[in-house]
Amino acid sequence: MAIDVRIPTILRGYTDGAKQVEGTGSTLDELIADLEQRHAGLRARLIDHGGLRRFVNVYLNDEDVRFLAGLETPVKDGDTVTVLPAVAGGAA
Amino acid sequence: MLNIPRDLRDKIVAHARKDHPDEACGVLAGPAGTDRPARFIPMTNAARSPTFYEFDSTEQFRLWQEMDDQDEEPVVIYHSHTATEAYPSRTDIGLAAEPEAHYVLVSTRDEDRTEFRSYRIVDGEVTEEPVTVLE
Repeated sequence: MAIDVRIPTILRGYTDGAKQVEGTGSTLDELIADLEQRHAGLRARLIDHGGLRRFVNVYLNDEDVRFLAGLETPVKDGDTVTVLPAVAGGAA
Repeated sequence: MLNIPRDLRDKIVAHARKDHPDEACGVLAGPAGTDRPARFIPMTNAARSPTFYEFDSTEQFRLWQEMDDQDEEPVVIYHSHTATEAYPSRTDIGLAAEPEAHYVLVSTRDEDRTEFRSYRIVDGEVTEEPVTVLE
């Protein structure tokens, strides 16, 4: 079972420069734990004590997982999960 | 150094003025690897705030997908400050995640004069760069 995972530029240090990696799992949380096995440190860039990190967007196919079930979102073979750092900032 | 066509610069300034006092934000996309801004894409500020901006996550996904399909990159990521100077704040620096992009800051704090400046933000370091407006 393989899920296609798209990695943004700033996280490619964890994937030896690869913009695309594969993983397995039945939920997003499991998938991320699986990726961590081969790409140590990646999980901590996506998840903190509060769950999915505030300024990291994760999409299952073309939907933001925050509108689905967050880390509990079911994933399956053939899905594409895309990670994009949020574009944000402020005056202070 | 940022080379930017006059019409794209003017569109950014007009967008910032229109959304004032909320922060305006958006992208100039260009052909991958050319560092040349070619296409103006104003984005919704999902935060709709005078002191914070955030791209709507679905709009961002669609735009990034579109750029990838068309072999483009976000050459410029711009936003405005509405009461402070056109310099990246600590939040701007902390959240900057496109090391290849030119971060353009516009300030609309003065009604009569719009500040327009550009920066590279890489690994938490800010470097201002000169802006050349192409006629």
